[in-house]
Amino acid sequence: MKENNLTILSKVLLVLVGLLFIGSLFVPMWRIELNAPQYPEGLMLQLHANKIGGDVDIINGLNHYIGMATLHTENFFEFKILPYIFGAFALISLILVFINNRKAVFGFLVVFVLFVILAGIDFYRWNYEYGHNLDPNAAIKVPGMAYQPPLIGYKQLLNFGAYSIPDTGGWMLVGAGILLFAIVLKEFKFKKSI
Amino acid sequence: MKNKFVQAILVIALGSALVSSCKPKNSGDAVSGDAAQRVYVAPGKYDEFYNFVSGGFSGQMSVYGLPSGRMMKVVPIFSVDPESGWGFSEETKPMLNTSEGFIPWDDQHHLELSQTNGEVDGRWIFANANNTPRIARVDLKRFKTSEIIELPNSAGNHSSPFITENTEYVVAGTRFGVPGDYDKGDVPINTYKENFKAHISFIKVDKESGKMDLSFQLRLPGVNFDLSHAGKGKSHGWFFFTCYNSEQANTLLEVNASQRDKDFIMAVNWKKAEEYIKAGKGKIEKTKYAHNTWNDETHTGTSVIKEEVLVLDAMAMKDICYLMPCPKSPHGCDVDPTGEYIVGSGKLAALIPVFSFDKMVKAIGKKDYEGDYEGIPVLKYNSVLHGEVQKPGLGPLHTEFDGKGNAYTTFFVSSEVVKWDIKTLKVLDRVPTYYSVGHLCIPGGDSKKPFGKYLIAYNKITKDRYLPTGPELTQSAQLYDISGDKMKLLLDFPTIGEPHYAQAAPADLIRNNGQLKIYDIKKNNHPRVAKGEKETKVVREGKKVHVYMTMVRSHFSPDNIEGIKVGDDVYFHITNLEQDWDVPHGFSIRRAQTAELLIMPGETATLNWKPSKVGIVPFYCTDFCSALHQEMSGYIRVSPAGSNVPISYSLGTNLPASAKK
Repeated sequence: MKENNLTILSKVLLVLVGLLFIGSLFVPMWRIELNAPQYPEGLMLQLHANKIGGDVDIINGLNHYIGMATLHTENFFEFKILPYIFGAFALISLILVFINNRKAVFGFLVVFVLFVILAGIDFYRWNYEYGHNLDPNAAIKVPGMAYQPPLIGYKQLLNFGAYSIPDTGGWMLVGAGILLFAIVLKEFKFKKSI
Repeated sequence: MKNKFVQAILVIALGSALVSSCKPKNSGDAVSGDAAQRVYVAPGKYDEFYNFVSGGFSGQMSVYGLPSGRMMKVVPIFSVDPESGWGFSEETKPMLNTSEGFIPWDDQHHLELSQTNGEVDGRWIFANANNTPRIARVDLKRFKTSEIIELPNSAGNHSSPFITENTEYVVAGTRFGVPGDYDKGDVPINTYKENFKAHISFIKVDKESGKMDLSFQLRLPGVNFDLSHAGKGKSHGWFFFTCYNSEQANTLLEVNASQRDKDFIMAVNWKKAEEYIKAGKGKIEKTKYAHNTWNDETHTGTSVIKEEVLVLDAMAMKDICYLMPCPKSPHGCDVDPTGEYIVGSGKLAALIPVFSFDKMVKAIGKKDYEGDYEGIPVLKYNSVLHGEVQKPGLGPLHTEFDGKGNAYTTFFVSSEVVKWDIKTLKVLDRVPTYYSVGHLCIPGGDSKKPFGKYLIAYNKITKDRYLPTGPELTQSAQLYDISGDKMKLLLDFPTIGEPHYAQAAPADLIRNNGQLKIYDIKKNNHPRVAKGEKETKVVREGKKVHVYMTMVRSHFSPDNIEGIKVGDDVYFHITNLEQDWDVPHGFSIRRAQTAELLIMPGETATLNWKPSKVGIVPFYCTDFCSALHQEMSGYIRVSPAGSNVPISYSLGTNLPASAKK
């Protein structure tokens, strides 16, 4: 029985994980930085849990040249459910403190990792859809009719260099994942030796 | 015999070689070795200072970077500007309205940056119009003329637009004495002495918005007010004006206004004048003047004709104005950063008198007068004089300060800038200018806090300094390094129009003042705005046709318009839908009788067109906006006057019959 209980430190860390999930709701999760000769100051697309932010109007204004569909928050169901998912994650983290069971924490880590993988696939799917569903009547025919931003990292797209990386909220989620992993590691591997 | 002849030739040759070697070396030697490095601003790097330079007879203001001398912008103020549509678009026409209607030109001489606590604050710059007396305020967030106010009872608005140390007032003294608008004006010219008066205007400036309001005018004897500067620090509350033609000549002024040994610097206690105004001593006089304001949300100028002005007779109030005798037709009137010293520059004098504010206050207290001039007390020269700079040069004009106790005065006749010590009045250094310098500018050089690294001289004559361009040559500015003991010439650069007074400020002060990048289209309250392509339309109202059009990279909406007839009066109200920095669009129509429109992101502007020929008329974007700029165009069908082609308009749908299947 007792061996499945959590240490005080793990509980504190769980509270921290919960706070990170909540915090990530208020800052952008992901960013795509765009640079071009005409935009020395750079353009930025920021994905929040609940909306698309940054220079989205300017980017939408440019999309028509290559026939890419314009981006609108309301066209993505994800922005409706993501805040609830992160809210739920935060709640679960806090409930885990009271459940006080290392197996439950491990289960949550598995759920979170699965979520991250799913989110990555979903993000790639959208990138692919927007990058390939180009209007054939557009002024500029993109070679290969593909203009897909990178899932993560850097890619040159015609005159734009696109750099896709986590934003503050994304790093908070990374932090939450690492903390969860650390708790699990500590509880299962190092518990007896301490 | 032969030997003697050879000897004589030798002597003559040697002699002339000696004489010619005595001739001073040419100006090329005046530039020191590292000058090129000192003014080189690498591509993509910013200049250290903004330099705002008056455009003289161009009527505009130009903006340069220092130390590079690169011109960045010409801001249209008092003259029409076909490049930007200033004075051509329906919205900007009211900005050039006056009590005698639309005036397309003026002569812009002096600029003054707004100040707080006597320091340049980077909010606005004020400009004068010399010919048709007006003062403008240019907003430095937008680099756009926001307001123009006409000055009644004035002619030749030269001694302006100088400001008090918290920009409480902009003042404007008349260059020509003339009968006031409320006096009988139809008088013989040779009755100058009885009928001509001079007025000085005090324009109140709103602390927050900068809005100007002609608060009151001082009525003064008919003389020519030339230049002015406000007191600062201890002399805050006073204003100083040079005046010439105290002879009150009305013909051949060149001779007749140069008779008296001394003219005056007039000290005005404007705080006292305010008290008299408050006490109701002013008199409301009938007149007419235009007050034009620009609204950034309707993107439209409005001109209001005002009909009254409050005039305070300074000759009747004995303690507002005092005259300090100043040698020989004084021009520049400059107050040092401490506010103690007032420098008068007699154009024809061989010395520079420096007056002391403390001595002046004492002399006024003791009523140390040598007499009066049409009711205004004249103080004794020696009672108010701090001292004279002896033999400084020929034809002193203007003085600026470096904040380290030095004054720098320009000399038109001897074509040089002379540095001298304000306290000891010793000449410290002199450098030539090329040629015949008028004004000079040190960044912050007429404020309490000069930045004192550079000095710019503005020259009237350039002769051999640039490649020749026919009879009319460029005017120029010259940049000097004044950081050391000796002034060093660094750079020559050409200017637009004729540069007179200029101002300069550290780049960060202007750059970080909240520079506007775009106009928010949500706040666009133009009465005929189209905030999206869905709101575009063409409406006929009798002979008038209003086209509500939008522009965005890279098309107009609508771009096919039919139903316009010869004799129509067509108004294109065009909104630039862009909300991104540096994406203006232009608009022009073939044979339009006016200039193009240049429309900023989020702005609406209107072009009026009266078609007189039947046919198809193209229009296009004039500002290379995008890769498909050349495609940004459209057609208008103009039908005969009696035609019954209905109004129709479209974008992307009006395809040829062959394409519709």
